[in-house]
Amino acid sequence: MSVLDVTDLSVHLGGRPALAGVSLSVDRGELVGLVGPNGAGKTTLLRSIMGLLRPRRGRVVVDGHAARPGRSQLGYVPQRHEFAWDFPISVENVVMTGRTGVQGLGRRPKEGDWTAVGDALDRVRMNDLRERPVGELSGGQRQRVLVARALALEPSVLLLDEPFTGLDMPTQELLSELFLSLARENRAVLMTTHDLAAAIYSCDRLALINRSIVAVGTPVELRDPRLWMDTFGVGENSPLLRILEAV
Amino acid sequence: MSLVDFVTDLLNPELSFLPKALLIAVMSSIVCGVIGSYVVLRGMAFIGDAVAHAVFPGLAIAFVVSGNLIVGGTIAGVLTAVLVAVFSQNRRLKEDSIIGVFFVAAFALGIVIISQAPGYAGSLQQFLFGSITGIPDEDLYVVGAAGALILGIAFVLHKEFVAITLDREMARAMGLRVFWLDIVLYVLVTLAVVISVQTIGNILVLALLITPAATARLLTDRLGLMMAVAPAIGGASALVGLYVSWSWDFPVGGTIVLVLTAVFLAAWAFAPRHGQLARYFTRRASAGSPEAAV
Repeated sequence: MSVLDVTDLSVHLGGRPALAGVSLSVDRGELVGLVGPNGAGKTTLLRSIMGLLRPRRGRVVVDGHAARPGRSQLGYVPQRHEFAWDFPISVENVVMTGRTGVQGLGRRPKEGDWTAVGDALDRVRMNDLRERPVGELSGGQRQRVLVARALALEPSVLLLDEPFTGLDMPTQELLSELFLSLARENRAVLMTTHDLAAAIYSCDRLALINRSIVAVGTPVELRDPRLWMDTFGVGENSPLLRILEAV
Repeated sequence: MSLVDFVTDLLNPELSFLPKALLIAVMSSIVCGVIGSYVVLRGMAFIGDAVAHAVFPGLAIAFVVSGNLIVGGTIAGVLTAVLVAVFSQNRRLKEDSIIGVFFVAAFALGIVIISQAPGYAGSLQQFLFGSITGIPDEDLYVVGAAGALILGIAFVLHKEFVAITLDREMARAMGLRVFWLDIVLYVLVTLAVVISVQTIGNILVLALLITPAATARLLTDRLGLMMAVAPAIGGASALVGLYVSWSWDFPVGGTIVLVLTAVFLAAWAFAPRHGQLARYFTRRASAGSPEAAV
């Protein structure tokens, strides 16, 4: 059953429509890739799901409740450059900041908080680096830390914004495996990506988006090149279509 | 002057302004060390500078109407900080431009106001460069109480300040009130500046906020340690600075800042892991043994 339901969502940014009539459902246990060109509204959709943007129309339901910042069962993994990596803080303390919203003012972390942090670090296989300063981590390790921070609240939905950007292929493959296994642990995982090959290989379903959803389906169902030409606004001879044929 | 003479002077009832100045300088340095750690880690040194200048019209008005300088400075500083936070919501202009507009405007206003007071040149110099005389007794209590309040609020909101510094978007997603936390942090910076301004002076107060925290950052990769080391460096430098300034009759604000700067340079050169010497030796060691270079 679906744990994330976006229904007829329209969002305006700076007076212009950024999303128009977007509907999308993600089930527990599946990894869904959100694919589209720059400015298609991928990040806007994620931010709307988080409840950070007020939609003109439509709604977002997470686990049966309307989405609200800090209240919904959502884990958010922003793009890596949003994070201050020069901050003097250890891996485990970064993951602990994921629980700031539920800890209450002036409260120290309790045993339950540390258990959740330990579990999250186990999930992403970073427990042996828990005391390392984050500034000393590699790109792939940093991405894992951000995922662990999102998992610290034990969310039923995980949102990933461009998790592969700037990472080499082996690292991307390891992360894809991780995301898939996180989905299989009874979570819904929705990620935006520019890496079409990785998306087609690893995702259960893809959603093609350009202001509105062009098509949703398994990679096999989305073989028709016209869907991709519509989404990305490219011609028949685009190298993009050849990549699709190749995979 | 020997240390014994300095202690004798501190205890001399005719020089009662000296222990007061020492106490205020040390207290405000400790508070600035803690708050400055947030300022340095958020890269908002420019905001610290802005607030430092922005308290000036408040001090000037308080001086002209013979009101309490701390109260006047606080009102002006907080007002400017809130204006900056509100105007920064407009995405067309970056925050640093807004700050550039407001802090010079505030400083200009202060100069115009204080020029209305008779014989203002002397008091202007006192405001800008600090002075250890003429601190009223009540200021000891005001600075003590304000310092305790600032540290108390920082303690309660520490987790939240760290979260918004690390990643504002995530902080919003967690339901934190980022805008209000920003305002509270600006107000804390303002208060830390205001209680320090009297001894150290308006122009130099930024050093109290930035230098100890920057020095501590060079020495450690752990936030808790940094926030303990910064106030220790600040407090000790204030003590040494006042001693040197009293011994050689140097201006107190400038002397304290020079002591702070010396400590910073020492840390820059000799810090255990990130210092220049440590780097030099690591490079040589790794150049000598190929397997260590990986």
